[in-house]
Amino acid sequence: MDTIEVSNLNRQFLFRQSHVGQSKAKVARDAVLRFRPHISITPYHANVKDSNFNVNFFKQFNVVLNGLDNLDARRHVNRLCLAAEVPLVESGTTGFLGQVTVHVKGKTECYECQPKPAPKTYPVCTITSTPSKFVHCIVWAKDLLFAKLFGDKNQENDLNVRSNDSCSSSENKNNVFERSDDEDWEQYGRRIYDHVFGYNIELALSDEETWKNRTKPRPMYSRDVLPDKMTQQNGNADKTDDLSPASAMASLGLKNPQDIWCLMENTRVFLEALKLFFTSRKKEIGNLSIAGNIVHAVATTNAIVAGLIVIEAIKVLKKDGCYRMTYCLEHPSKKMLLMPVEPFEPNKSCCVCSQTPLSLEINTHRSKLRDFVEKIVKAKLGMNSPLIMCGLALLYEVGDDLEKDMIENYTANLEKVLSELPSPVTGGTMLTVEDLQQEFTCNIYIKHREEFDEEKEPDEMVLSGWTQAPPEKKDDKTSNGNGASTSKKDIEVKEISDGTASPGKKRKLPEFSEGCTLDQSNDADETMNHKKIQKLDDDDDDLVMLDHWGKDTSKKQRSQ
Amino acid sequence: MNGEELTEQETALYDRQIRVWGADAQRRLSKSHILVYGMKGTIAEFCKNIVLAGVGSLTLVDDRDVSEEALSANFLIPPDESVCRGKTLAELCCDSLREFNPMVRVSVEKGDLASLGAEFFDKFDVVVISCCSLATKKLINEKCRKLSKRVSFYTVDCRDCCGEIFVDLQKYNYAKKKTDGTTESELQYPSFQEAISVPWKSLRPKVSKLYFAMRVIERFEEAEKRKPREISIEDLPAVLKLKKELCEEQSLNESHIPDTLLERLVMGAKEFPPVCAIIGGTLGQVNSSSVYFLVFFFNVRQPSLIYVEH
Repeated sequence: MDTIEVSNLNRQFLFRQSHVGQSKAKVARDAVLRFRPHISITPYHANVKDSNFNVNFFKQFNVVLNGLDNLDARRHVNRLCLAAEVPLVESGTTGFLGQVTVHVKGKTECYECQPKPAPKTYPVCTITSTPSKFVHCIVWAKDLLFAKLFGDKNQENDLNVRSNDSCSSSENKNNVFERSDDEDWEQYGRRIYDHVFGYNIELALSDEETWKNRTKPRPMYSRDVLPDKMTQQNGNADKTDDLSPASAMASLGLKNPQDIWCLMENTRVFLEALKLFFTSRKKEIGNLSIAGNIVHAVATTNAIVAGLIVIEAIKVLKKDGCYRMTYCLEHPSKKMLLMPVEPFEPNKSCCVCSQTPLSLEINTHRSKLRDFVEKIVKAKLGMNSPLIMCGLALLYEVGDDLEKDMIENYTANLEKVLSELPSPVTGGTMLTVEDLQQEFTCNIYIKHREEFDEEKEPDEMVLSGWTQAPPEKKDDKTSNGNGASTSKKDIEVKEISDGTASPGKKRKLPEFSEGCTLDQSNDADETMNHKKIQKLDDDDDDLVMLDHWGKDTSKKQRSQ
Repeated sequence: MNGEELTEQETALYDRQIRVWGADAQRRLSKSHILVYGMKGTIAEFCKNIVLAGVGSLTLVDDRDVSEEALSANFLIPPDESVCRGKTLAELCCDSLREFNPMVRVSVEKGDLASLGAEFFDKFDVVVISCCSLATKKLINEKCRKLSKRVSFYTVDCRDCCGEIFVDLQKYNYAKKKTDGTTESELQYPSFQEAISVPWKSLRPKVSKLYFAMRVIERFEEAEKRKPREISIEDLPAVLKLKKELCEEQSLNESHIPDTLLERLVMGAKEFPPVCAIIGGTLGQVNSSSVYFLVFFFNVRQPSLIYVEH
C-alpha cells in the first residue's frame, strides 16, 4: 500500500521522479510490462493484512516472495503461507548487509522459528521522570508527547505522571494541551513547550531525593531560547499550496535534513510543525503516523539479494530440495562474500508452526484483559484480529460482523482484571488465542504471580515457552526491534527483519588520498594484507552445516 | 553536479545511500567518469547501479546490433522491434539508462575500443570491460596503466551461472584507522597479464576451480582466434585436451578442473539474469580490499562468491 517517495529512487529503479506519490504496486507492474509485455501481473494497492488476503488467496500461488519492511507484516504472511502450504522466500537488506531465507512447511523452519527480538519496552517512570539514555527521549517524544498532541484525546497518557504527582490537579494539566479557538498558534506552541520543558522539569526538581545521585535537569522556557516571535501572522495566513507537502523544514528554509539542529532551530521546528499540522488542509493528515525507521539502502545490495531470491524461487518451482539461506557478509569470511547455509528443520518449540503451548506469568488480580490483548496477543504473538477463549466462553474477539451487544460485552471485558472476567481467569486457567485469518492458534497456560521487577519486567507479564531471543550483546542504543543474532562460528550474521540493521553504526570510510572513485567501501579488514593462506572449501558443492540452536559444531559434507 | 556541496536535489535523492557511505564519498562519486564496454546483462546491471548511485558520467561502447540473446538477459533493451531498429546496443542502453537518473550524463562512443588511444582513456576514472578476448583485456589494461593519471580497470564475464571479475586499481593508497592512530597503507595491484601469469601451483591451495577453468577457456578462445564466447559443445574435446596440456605445464593436478565444469562453460555462453544481478551488484561494490580476482559459481544449488586474494 506504499506510495513512491523521492528517497526510494536511488535504488527502486522501476520508479521515476514523475511517479512520486503514486502506488508502488501499480507503477512497478507497468514498468515491468514494458520490458516483459507477456507476463500476467496483478497489482494490489492494499495492506497485506487486509482480510481479503486470506488463506484461499494465498493458496493460488506456487511461491511467495516477500519484500516487506516490518516484522509484523512478515509474521502475518508467514502464518498465511503455513496455512496455505505455500513456500515462502523471505529477504531483507540494510546498507551492505542482506539475507535471503527459504521457508517450506514441514521441511524447514518457518520465519518465526528463529526468534526476532521484540522492541524493548521501558518503564513509564524512567521515561517521564528520570530518563538517562537517548532512546528514552525518543520514546517520550513518540509515545507520550506526540500521542498527547495528535492522538486520541481519550487515550490514557502518562505524560504528566510524576513520581510524586499525588497533589496536582489532573484537570489543570489537561487544559494545557487544549487550544482555545482563537488562540495564536505560536502562543499555543510555546505554552506546551513551556509546560513540558519548563514547568514539568521544575516540578521534577522539587523532589531533592531523586537528584541526589543524578544529574539535575535544566528547565527551559521558549522565551529564553527563542525570544522573538517567529511570525506576526496568525493562524492560516501563510499556507503552502496544496501541491507541496506541509513541511516545517521547508517553510523555515532548513535545506539539509542531514544537518544537526541547534536548540533554537529545534524549537523553531517544533513550533512551526505544530502550527502546520493543525492548519494544513492536506488530507493525509487524517492518516497521521509517526515516521518509521529510516533504513540506509543502496542499489547494489538490493540487486544481489534480488538475484539470490530469484535463484531460490527457481529451486522452489523446480521442487529442487536444495534450498539455501544466503547471507551477504560485510567482510569476507573464509574468502566468501556470500555465505550459503542449509536451512534448519522446523523448530519443535515454535508456537507458530509446531503449535506448542505457552505459559504466561501475570498478576490476575491486577492486570486487565486489555493489557493481555495489547501486549501479549497483538504485540508479542503478532495476531491481527484475535479471538480469545476461556474454555467455551468467548472473552474477546475482533470482527466486522459483530453484534452491538457483543461489542459492548467485549469492551467491558477489556477493562476488567482477569480474575473478574465473566469466565474468571486465574492461575491454572488455559486460554486459547486465535487469529482466524492467519489460521494461527495458541494455547496459553496462565500462572498467577504477585510481584514483578519494575525495570526488567515493566509490562508485568512474562511469556514463556515462547522461543526467547538470545540476550542482546550490544548496548541498546536503539529502541527498535532488530534481527536475531545467529552466531555461526566466528561470524556474526544479523538477520534483518524490519529493515534496521545494527544500531546507528555510521560507516567509517578509510581516508583516501587522491584518485579513488567508486568509494562504496567497507572498512578495510585489518588483517587482509597479511592474511595467511586460508583453506578454501575444496569442492564448490561443499555444504557448511551448522547444528541446531547455536551449538558450534560444523560439519563439511560433500553433496551427493 | 559541479559545485562543492551536494545540492538539495542530490541530498534528497541520495539520502539513503549517503547514510551508508557519507556525503564525501557521494561527492567524489558525482565527479567520477566511467567507461563501459560490452553491453550484456551483467554490465547492464552494473550500469543501472552506478547511474542510480549518481556517478558524474557514464560512456558506453558497443556497436553491435540487438540479438535474441541480448533481449534475454539485458533488461535495458526494450522488446520493441520498431524502437530497436537501426540502433546499436550502446545506443539503446543509453536511452534507457538516462531515465534512471537525469543527473547523470550518459553517452555513447562509437568505434573499436582497442584502437582508441591513450588520450581517450585519460578522460575516465574507471574502465569496465566485458565480452573481450584475452588480447583485448591485456591491451586495454596496459593503456590504462600507462597513463599518468590513475585509472581503475575492471573486467567482468558471465557464462551460464558462473562469473568472474578482475580488478586493477594500480597503486592504491589508503589510510586505516586503528585504535592507536591511523596507518597509511599502499596496495600494488597486479596487471591482468601479471595476474594470469601467476603459476597455478603457487596460487594458494584451494583457489576456486572456476578460476582455472576460465583460464583454460580463455586460452582456447585465444588459440583458436575466436571471439569471446564463440565456443560450443563441439569444441569440448579440444578444450579438454588443452586442459590436460595446461595442467601438465603448470604441474597442477587435473582434478582441480572438473570436466563437467568445462562442459558447462562451453555450453552455456548465455547469461542467467539473477546471476547478472548478483555479479553486477558485486561489481558496484568491489572496493579497496586487496582482492583482485573474484569468481562466482552459482550452482543453482549453492550460490557462493569466492575470491582469490593477492
